[in-house]
Amino acid sequence: MKQVVTGNHTLSYGAKICRAQVVSAYPITPQTQVVERISEFVADGEMDAIFIKVESEHSAMAACIGASAAGARTFTATSAQGLALMHEMLHWAANARTPVVMGNINRGMGPPWTIWTDQIDSLSQRDTGWMQFYCESNQDVLDSMIIAFKVAENENVLMPAMIVLDSFVLSHTTEPVDFPDQDKLDEFLPPYKAKYTVDPDNPHTFGGLTGPDRYYELKWLECEAMDRAKELIPQVGAEFGEWFGRPHVMVKPYRCDDAEIVMVVSGTIASTTKDAIDELRDEGMSVGSAKVWTFRPFPSEAVRELLRGRKQVIVIDRNVSFGHEGIFCTETKGAMYNEADRPSIRNFIAGLGGRDVKVRDIKEMFHLAQKDDTPDPYWYGLKT
Amino acid sequence: MIEIRFHGRGGQGAALASSIIAEAFFREGKEVQSFPMFGVERRGAPVAAYIRVDDKPIRVKCEIEEPNYVLVLDPTLTEAVDVTAGVKPGGTIIVNTPKEPADAGLDGDFEVVTVDGSSIAVENGLGSRLAPIVNTTMLGALAAGSGVVGIDAVADAISTYFPKDDGKNANAARRAYEVLTG
Repeated sequence: MKQVVTGNHTLSYGAKICRAQVVSAYPITPQTQVVERISEFVADGEMDAIFIKVESEHSAMAACIGASAAGARTFTATSAQGLALMHEMLHWAANARTPVVMGNINRGMGPPWTIWTDQIDSLSQRDTGWMQFYCESNQDVLDSMIIAFKVAENENVLMPAMIVLDSFVLSHTTEPVDFPDQDKLDEFLPPYKAKYTVDPDNPHTFGGLTGPDRYYELKWLECEAMDRAKELIPQVGAEFGEWFGRPHVMVKPYRCDDAEIVMVVSGTIASTTKDAIDELRDEGMSVGSAKVWTFRPFPSEAVRELLRGRKQVIVIDRNVSFGHEGIFCTETKGAMYNEADRPSIRNFIAGLGGRDVKVRDIKEMFHLAQKDDTPDPYWYGLKT
Repeated sequence: MIEIRFHGRGGQGAALASSIIAEAFFREGKEVQSFPMFGVERRGAPVAAYIRVDDKPIRVKCEIEEPNYVLVLDPTLTEAVDVTAGVKPGGTIIVNTPKEPADAGLDGDFEVVTVDGSSIAVENGLGSRLAPIVNTTMLGALAAGSGVVGIDAVADAISTYFPKDDGKNANAARRAYEVLTG
């Protein structure tokens, strides 16, 4: 059934219909509404879950790890400074192989204090071992969440996953979202059956001191698990399409078939870009776009498949790695480097800290990329 | 695509009203999107909220610059902010004020519709003379002034958001609609 809801409440309803059993969270703008609504569901008895109030995000993630280790389906949500405060526990969740699913509302890192969107909070957690799904719409948020639970809890994966959405541009924006029938969803996403759980009646030590003779292999196992996630995500994405009519792929092309130039985008900019592509096509330009849905695991093969043989690739990043360039651009270049027939890759930084990115801005970046004297990376719309 | 901008003051419920009207359009089979001004809302400070309506899925995720319709919840706002900014030629601005349209102080290539939404709200038990709660009342005025959404859909959407108000909010919206449509 379709309902008009915000991105934040999509996460709340998502946690409910995915039957999360434990939710532990600490409020932070712009995420607050997510857990506010979940706490109401739990208090009203609409959601059969335990809501654990804590004093910080670090504790929220610690509680989630404990719950997941005990075999519960576990959800939390945070943003920016809250995510950064979780950092130590993010590593722990992945290394302990607890398939926690978390919503992260992209927000810039202070100072200066900000509450607006910027991908730097989640991208800074790149190497913690979390899967990351970047969403372009509220429907994308719900679908990603369902798929993330299914992939994360797969016994061959057992890695945590982050559902990432832009502050305000999605978190506070209402759109129609098609919520699946509960019985059908229960069948698609059955209860989590953990293979190994903490059990007071049968105590074991998990994650104890491990020397050089074993640590290295454990890291390999995590890497293998992420590789399996990379195989599984498109499979589950296709299966999801068969069940619910919306298939998902790790790199989603738009009007790319004959395009000489492809704009690589993520988050809500990926959605706006489609209107820009239509207008550029009407003006006779040979251009399409590609939305990168999963940043970790990074879909290198799919990126190569789509970008191989193109004349030019333009990556728009709503983030920057100081001293280098946009992070999606670096990853895209890395995936393409060994290709004999690789395109030239141009990078634009845009929309940091919630600066609006309009259709005409995306078109302007396309045109700037055709000029040899445009610096690379180029900070689009910089006020001087 | 139809684009609408609401002007209110923090605490007046402009953002909530934008969600309700999006719901009303949705019930009429439209694709919708609504969002508050991406800012820090302080009580009493000027705020805005936006709505997009279309027959096909809405992909643009950016702010609205050239609205077809503008709804002004607070009569004093027309002095504080330029509520006419970017309004499409031939568009309509609907203002909560006891004044006649010609006296609203808004000039340009658009129609001005006025309604004493504050009085209608208070008559329907929504707030007090000093602090009327006008957001839902003005949605009825929007339905009348724009003609792009039906008053029944608006009243239904309001009732969904306020299931325990004895119909006060929906009645106030209907009253504003009747005042404007005669």
